[in-house]
Amino acid sequence: MAEKTLFRRGPLLRLRLGLLLLTSLGLMIVDHQREQLEDVRGVLSLVVYPLQYVVNLPQEMVRGVRKALVTKSSLIDENRLLRRQNLILKTRSQRFAALEAENMRLRELLESSLEVNERVLVADVIALELVPPSRTVVLDKGSQQGVYQGQPIIDGDGIMGQIIHVNPISSTALLVTDISHALPVQINRSGVRAIASGSGSADGLELAHVPLNADVKRGDLIVSSGLDGRFPAGYPVGVVTEISVDPGEPFAKVIAVASAKVEQAREVLLLWPDRRQSPDHSSSRESIAFQ
Amino acid sequence: MMAEQGGSAWAIPVTLLAAIVLTLMPLPDWAVAWRPAWTAMVLIYWCMAVPDRVGIGVAWGIGLVLDALEGSLLGQHAAGFAIIAYFTVTNHRRLRTFSWFQQSLCVGLLVATNALLKTWVQGIMGLTPDYAIHWLPVISTMVFWPWLYLVLRDMRRKHGIV
Repeated sequence: MAEKTLFRRGPLLRLRLGLLLLTSLGLMIVDHQREQLEDVRGVLSLVVYPLQYVVNLPQEMVRGVRKALVTKSSLIDENRLLRRQNLILKTRSQRFAALEAENMRLRELLESSLEVNERVLVADVIALELVPPSRTVVLDKGSQQGVYQGQPIIDGDGIMGQIIHVNPISSTALLVTDISHALPVQINRSGVRAIASGSGSADGLELAHVPLNADVKRGDLIVSSGLDGRFPAGYPVGVVTEISVDPGEPFAKVIAVASAKVEQAREVLLLWPDRRQSPDHSSSRESIAFQ
Repeated sequence: MMAEQGGSAWAIPVTLLAAIVLTLMPLPDWAVAWRPAWTAMVLIYWCMAVPDRVGIGVAWGIGLVLDALEGSLLGQHAAGFAIIAYFTVTNHRRLRTFSWFQQSLCVGLLVATNALLKTWVQGIMGLTPDYAIHWLPVISTMVFWPWLYLVLRDMRRKHGIV
């Protein structure tokens, strides 16, 4: 009994607490640098994957029961296949709004842009409530399917985000609405370029450093500009909802709402943009725009 | 050693797992900010009831699992839970004698400590913490604590975990 008491209180417990806190602090510092702890996270994610599965189970079961009551199983499979095909087709057609505008300005570049043939893969979102203000989702595809860090993900309506952690059988994606996420964009109508960063709210985006006299209107479609060499050009990112011009400020405050259903999407598309083409593509766009 | 202390203790890992599942369970938007700190509550209960079995080491491990699941900074929950467990284990006799109201206050205080740590870490990381999401759970935790206490106490007595 004396041992127990000693263990429970006294200097030994305080020492253990100190050691654990130091370890946590070290972990946090190293993890903040992102790269080094990928292996640890990978192992941990394998350990907790069953848990994620369990958390997801009630929702999955409800969905499963609902489906079983309405249709036969063969129809379900077909339906699922068609939905996935539909998602892929919708994604392809997303490019057209941007390509039309591009056609006016950069007719000769249209061909090369059309040749960009992107590989896609449908991934399921494992439903998880992740801590705000960080907005991330966990996908059921990992490095075994060729997912890589920095890979863009989209849904049927626009760009959703990018992969930040890759584990063997799952991966974590940062959504465009996350406060630490930003991507280079362009106003589809006028070609004004800006950086769209997340506002941390459910579907809000902010455009940073938009000049006061820039040609931006409410309702303008914002598309990715592809200048980062990471996101492919011409995918919808959001729609401008609010512009406030304060003459005392150097830049206009432009608020937009994300096109992708970032919070509701159950299935997303992982993109493998053709990396050989994109740098050329963006640099030629850049040079023409500057002339 | 473990066998001497009482009956089978499977209820401890099961309730901890259930708490983690509840912590991650999708909720409607209005309820997300009010989600009680289930994992911390269950940890506090076991630290208070059986401090020889569940202590700061277990709490730290559970915190690490939660960090991996939530995608928060590795070690953030781990540190918070270790601190919570430390104060609970060192004061477990006192906590046991408290009325449910006093206990709720103490649990709220412990969860608030954890929330404070979270806001610090997020502040240092350069994120602007959403205050509601950190502090509303303190209130809901205090409301849910007496009921959770009753459920877990019954479970502990039924399975003879000492």
